[in-house]
Amino acid sequence: MIRRSLTTSTALALLMASATSMAHGQQITLMVGDTGSGGTLFEEMSKSFEAENPGVDVVIEEVSYQTIVESLPVQLEAGEGPDIAIITDLGGLSRFYQDITPYVDAAYFEQEWGQTLQWLRGGIAGSTAINGMPTTLTVNGAYVNLTLFEQAGVPVPQEGATWKEWAEATRQVAEATGTEFAMEMDRSGHRFASLAISHGAQMVDEAGKPVVDDGLKAAIEQFVEWHQDGTMPMDLWGAVGGATHRELFSDFLNANVVLYFGGSWTLAQMDSEVGDLFDWAVMPAPCGPSSCTVMPGGGAMTVFSHTDNPELAGKLIAHFAKPENLDYYISNEVELPSAASQIANGVDYPSASQRTSEALATFINQIPKMDPAAFRFQGWRYQRAMMNALTTRISQVLNSELTVDEALVRIEEDVNLAIQAAGG
Amino acid sequence: MSVRTQFASSAAVILALPARLIEPFMSGVQKLVGIKRMPWVFLAPNLTAVVLFALLPVFINIFYSVSGSDRLYPWDRPLVGGANYQTLFDCGNYFDPSTCSRDLFWRALGNTMVFVPIQVVCMIVVALLTALCLNRDIRGRGFFRGIFFFPVMLSPVVVALTWQWILQRNGALNGLISYVGLTPVNWLVFPNTAFFWSVFITVWAHMGFYTIILLAGLQAIPRDVYEAARMDSATPTRVFFKITLPLLKPVLLVVFILAVIRSVQTFDELYVLTGGGPGSATMLMVQYIYEVGFASQPRNFGLAAAASLLLGLALLIFTGIQMRISRGGNND
Repeated sequence: MIRRSLTTSTALALLMASATSMAHGQQITLMVGDTGSGGTLFEEMSKSFEAENPGVDVVIEEVSYQTIVESLPVQLEAGEGPDIAIITDLGGLSRFYQDITPYVDAAYFEQEWGQTLQWLRGGIAGSTAINGMPTTLTVNGAYVNLTLFEQAGVPVPQEGATWKEWAEATRQVAEATGTEFAMEMDRSGHRFASLAISHGAQMVDEAGKPVVDDGLKAAIEQFVEWHQDGTMPMDLWGAVGGATHRELFSDFLNANVVLYFGGSWTLAQMDSEVGDLFDWAVMPAPCGPSSCTVMPGGGAMTVFSHTDNPELAGKLIAHFAKPENLDYYISNEVELPSAASQIANGVDYPSASQRTSEALATFINQIPKMDPAAFRFQGWRYQRAMMNALTTRISQVLNSELTVDEALVRIEEDVNLAIQAAGG
Repeated sequence: MSVRTQFASSAAVILALPARLIEPFMSGVQKLVGIKRMPWVFLAPNLTAVVLFALLPVFINIFYSVSGSDRLYPWDRPLVGGANYQTLFDCGNYFDPSTCSRDLFWRALGNTMVFVPIQVVCMIVVALLTALCLNRDIRGRGFFRGIFFFPVMLSPVVVALTWQWILQRNGALNGLISYVGLTPVNWLVFPNTAFFWSVFITVWAHMGFYTIILLAGLQAIPRDVYEAARMDSATPTRVFFKITLPLLKPVLLVVFILAVIRSVQTFDELYVLTGGGPGSATMLMVQYIYEVGFASQPRNFGLAAAASLLLGLALLIFTGIQMRISRGGNND
C-alpha cells in the first residue's frame, strides 16, 4: 500500500513538475527602446495577454535606443537576441523577420498598415508577408518659436512657404531679437532627406539603386550656404564627424534658435520642458522647388526568425494590434498613429496640452502630403547606408575636405560599397 | 615542539594535500608522455587559453578580412581574396587621401600617425612633471595624488560628456571667457582646436595612471645618490638629467610602451566628444574600424577586419622597434 502510494505520488509530482516546466518554458522577450514610455505601456498591455494564455511569460527588455540601432543587428546576425523588438531600421533588418501571417488577421493588418508593411518586406517584389506591426509613425518637421517672431514683428511664413523664405524670415527674426541662430537641423540623414527630396532628390530608384541627382546637389549646396552665412550653426553638422547622430534640441528649448528641424518624437519633451515659457508651434513642411515634403519614419514591432515560439510571438503582436490596445498605446505615448483607422478617426491625447495637440494635428496633416520618394526612401533596405554617407560627406564639405561634386561621388560610392558588402 | 612549529607542520601537511591527491594521476600522465614532455603538460592550460582567446581570434580576423558579405557566420561568407585590402589600398596618391577610394581610412591613418606621437609625448612630459612635483615633500601630497588619479577612474563616456559640456558653444569655458570680457570660441568647430582638445582631454583622462607608475619609479631611486649630488653642489637641472632621468629610464620605457598602446586604442572619448569631426579631423583608426564594422548598415565586417589587421601589423612593427631599442638600452 505504502509502496503504491509512493509510486503514485512520485508520478504525480513528475507530471506536475513537467507541466510547470512547460508553462514556464513559454517565455517571450520583447525589446523596446528607452525613448518615451513604451516599455511601461507594453508591460501593462502584456498582462491581459498573459491572463488569456496561462503559463506564458512576456518579458519586456527596455534598452537604450543606441542598443537597438547598433547592438541588436549584431545579435541578430549571431542568431541571438529577443523574440520581438521595436526597431526603426525597417528595411535594413528585413532578412531577420519571421512571417507572422498565419497567426494574425492578415486582412486587418493590410487594411490598417498597407503602406508601412511594405517597408518591412525588404524590397521583395510581390511579397505579401506580414513581418510585424508598425507601432507609431513619426514625421520630421519644423518647430518654430512664435514669441521671437512676435517680438521681431516679422510675419510667420504660412503653409506653402519655401525653405528659402523660411531662412530669410528666421534670419530677420534672429537679427532683430539677438537670437544666436536662425535655423538648426538634427545631424541626421533622415532629417536632411526632407530638404533633399523637397529639392527634387529621388534618393533611390524603383530598382533599389542609389540616385545621386541634381536635386541632391542643390540641397547640399543650399545647406552648405546656410552654414557659411551663419543661418545655421556649425555645432551639429560641422563640428561632428562620421555617421554620428546628434541633436541639439536644447537650443530650441532655450530659445537660442528660431526654427529647429527635428521630429514629432520630441513633442512630449516640448510640452514638459517649455510649457508656456514661450509660444511655439510645429509648422507645415517647408517647400523646395520640387515639393513640400517631410520624411516619414517610425517604429515597427517585428518577430525574428530565430525565435522558438513564432506562433506565440505572432499572437502577442496580434494582441497589441487590437484597436483598444492601439488607442491606449498611442494616446499615452503621445505619438502619431500608424494605423489607417486611427489616422482617419483621430486619437485622443488626454495628457497633452492644447499646443501639443495642435502640433500633433499639424504633423498628422503632413502624412498625406509626403512625396512618394520619401516613402520609397524610408522603406529602402540600404537607407541607413545612404543616410550615413550623407552625414559623413556633408560634414566633410562643410569643413572643406571635399567639394560638393566630390561629396556626391563619394556618397554614391559609399552606398554602392555597402550594397556590394551585403551581396546586393 | 613549539606552537609555531606545530602550526607550520600542520600547514605544510594541508598545503601538500592537493599535490598528494593528484600525484597518482600525474604519475600516470608522466608514464604516458615521458618526463621530458612533462613541462608541456603543465603549460597546457595556459597554452589552451592563449590559443582560444588570442591566436584563434587573430586567425578568425584574417579569415574575415579575405571574405565578403555582411553575414557574421564564417560559412555564410564567400572568400573574396585580397579584395578588401585592394579596396583600402586603391589610391591615386597615398599622401593625398582625397585620391583614395576609401579616403576616410587614409585620413584616419594620417590622424592616428599625428595624434599618437603628440599625445604620447605630452602624456609622458605632463605625467613626469606631475610625478616630480608629487615626489617632493609638499603639503597635502596624498590629496593631490588622489586628485590627479581621479580621472582615471571615470568612464571614458563620462569624461567626454563632461568636456563636451565645458567646450560646447554655450559651455562652461565660454561662459568664463565671456565673463572676463573675451570673445568666446566655438572650440569643437575648428579642426585645429578640436584636435588640440582631443589631445588635451585624453592626456587629462589618463595621465594619473602614468603619474603613479613614474612616482613609484622616482621613489625607488636611492636617497643617498641625491645626498651625494647635493654635497657636490650639483644644480637641480643637472641632478634631473644626470641622476633622475637615467635611473628612471626602465620605468619610462614601460610608461612609453603602455602610453603608445593606449594612444593607438583611443576611441571612446573622441567618439562621444566629436564623432571624429569636424569633418574627419579627429577620426582615428579605431573609430574607422568601428564605423565600418559596426555602426554602418549593412556592416562591412571584411573591410573592418582588413583595416584592423593592418593596424595590428603596424603595431607589431612598432613594438619590434621598441623591443630592439629597449634591449639596446638594457645593454648599456
